Amino acid sequence: MALTPQDVSRLAELARIELTPAELAEIAPQLDVILEAVASVGQVADQDIPPSSHAVPLTNVMRDDERRDSWPAEAMLRGAPAQGQQRFRVPRIIDDSDAG
Amino acid sequence: MNRDICTATALELGRRIRTGELTSVETTRAFLDRIEAVEPAVHAFLSVDGERALAQAAAIDALVAAGDPLPSPLAGVPVAVKDLLCYEGLPTTAASRMLEGWVPPYNSTVVQRLLDAGLVILGKTNLDEFATGSSTESSAFGPTHNPWDLDRVPGGSGGGSAAALAAFETPLAIGTDTGGSIRQPASMTGTVGVKPTYGAVSRFGIIAMASSLDQAGPCARTVADAAALHAVIAGHDPADSTSLDEPVPDVVAAADSADVAGMRIGVVAQLGGEGYAAGVEQRFGESVELLRAAGAEIVEVSCPHFTQALATYYLIMPSELSSNLARYDAMRYGLRVGDDGTNSAEAVMRLSRGAGFGAELKRRIILGTYALSAGYYDAYYGSAQKMRTLIARDFAAAFEQVDVLVSPVAPTTAFKLGERVGDPLAMYAGDLCTLPANLAGVAAGSFPAGLAPEDGLPVGFQVMAPVLGDDRVYRVGAALEGLAGTADLCGQVPDLPVEGSGEAAK
Repeated sequence: MALTPQDVSRLAELARIELTPAELAEIAPQLDVILEAVASVGQVADQDIPPSSHAVPLTNVMRDDERRDSWPAEAMLRGAPAQGQQRFRVPRIIDDSDAG
Repeated sequence: MNRDICTATALELGRRIRTGELTSVETTRAFLDRIEAVEPAVHAFLSVDGERALAQAAAIDALVAAGDPLPSPLAGVPVAVKDLLCYEGLPTTAASRMLEGWVPPYNSTVVQRLLDAGLVILGKTNLDEFATGSSTESSAFGPTHNPWDLDRVPGGSGGGSAAALAAFETPLAIGTDTGGSIRQPASMTGTVGVKPTYGAVSRFGIIAMASSLDQAGPCARTVADAAALHAVIAGHDPADSTSLDEPVPDVVAAADSADVAGMRIGVVAQLGGEGYAAGVEQRFGESVELLRAAGAEIVEVSCPHFTQALATYYLIMPSELSSNLARYDAMRYGLRVGDDGTNSAEAVMRLSRGAGFGAELKRRIILGTYALSAGYYDAYYGSAQKMRTLIARDFAAAFEQVDVLVSPVAPTTAFKLGERVGDPLAMYAGDLCTLPANLAGVAAGSFPAGLAPEDGLPVGFQVMAPVLGDDRVYRVGAALEGLAGTADLCGQVPDLPVEGSGEAAK
């Protein structure tokens, strides 16, 4: 099944990655080749085999609910692209298209 | 180059520092000089931390002078760290524009253990962007060159760590291995690299690529050095919930013993033959014969689902990657593009990720997004998880017959820079021997088997052992090193062009 540039554009949107038309044109056929090469795993799709999400069997790990110091805010904000009033400053979160 | 220092093993340097024959400051300075001289040609490092390294070295020298005990046999010995591990105060970039200049506020557990053991951190080494690659060419800051032939790749993603070792810029290095990123570069540079059992080394503070596969491990020029470094970094860490709460196998003793008499060694039938370079096949076959002559019992073992490891990995890895890299959203750290007051947060995310991520990363994130999307999940990600079970069962069945499995590390020696850049599938296909170990979480290492006669480039020999059987990997690796005489293989690296005032040409 071939991925069209439109499909890739939609996936890039879901992944929040802006692609240039040139990138779209390059990536779509590359993904096709890769998908064709990995399609062979589908041979077990209908088989009753337990899926492995992890390499080594693990159970959930709990720790004691003890109070601990948090990282200082200044240290956490040091890498922020923008900040103010000891907070991360972010662009507006409502899109124009979302406004009634 | 100060040969006396730069070509010595890490354990030898540690011994000489401990006994006062050599200071850690002198040692550190020799490697810093070497870095300055050959970096223009090799580009193994993304950052060098000379001042702090010399201060760490001086602290060890002070302990020696005072007659105080040293914290480990590697105290005072320099180490280079892949730029995927957080080290407070030094940029941690993952070789991506997305994190250019980002300085972590804390240390990864591995880095903390290096510091606690008295090692001296020289700097951070180059890698494929976010460790996604097999050649170090997808680094946003330019490729690393293989010291054996500067026109060739050093492998990847940990090409920086491996090249730094082969160029004698460091005696030790840390790598991470998600699908072969420690082992394949080791193979292509004639060095030693071990991917410990999944969960044996803490992932805390290591930038995540594919969390169910990622594992940090030691890189060195000799097996004993790698084992000593393994012992420093391995062990349970409550900060990583996937960290194994089990005793670390005695890898140092295993490397010392180097005894394979009576061991059952399985040659994986599926990893070899068509598509493998003649020199790779030849050195692999010779290595097996050396081990047989040393008393090992060699049997051929079939692992039928290993042929599906490539397809399985290239679905599971991008799926986990697309999820892990969602955190780079330009809000709390990292690159932010297009924040002009009119763009929404979502538009800024798209623009930032479009500008900050390179081509290979975009391919993989989009592939992972697709494999996880409704309607395709069962056919791709779900099936890959089932195949992963079958691959793990192949290992389990094999390890009922044999103590370790062996194979080549990669089908070819180091390829030319640029050769596979436009052909992702050709790049991925080079990983087929290393992927099964990650999918099953078993321990695996690459050990130098000599040079391929046709091109004079190093060939690696892979040893795989069951979960928590890391000691067996070292036992076989050390045996091969002794039998094949490869402990000083890097001594055959051609002279590198040198620059800078730190050192005269050889």
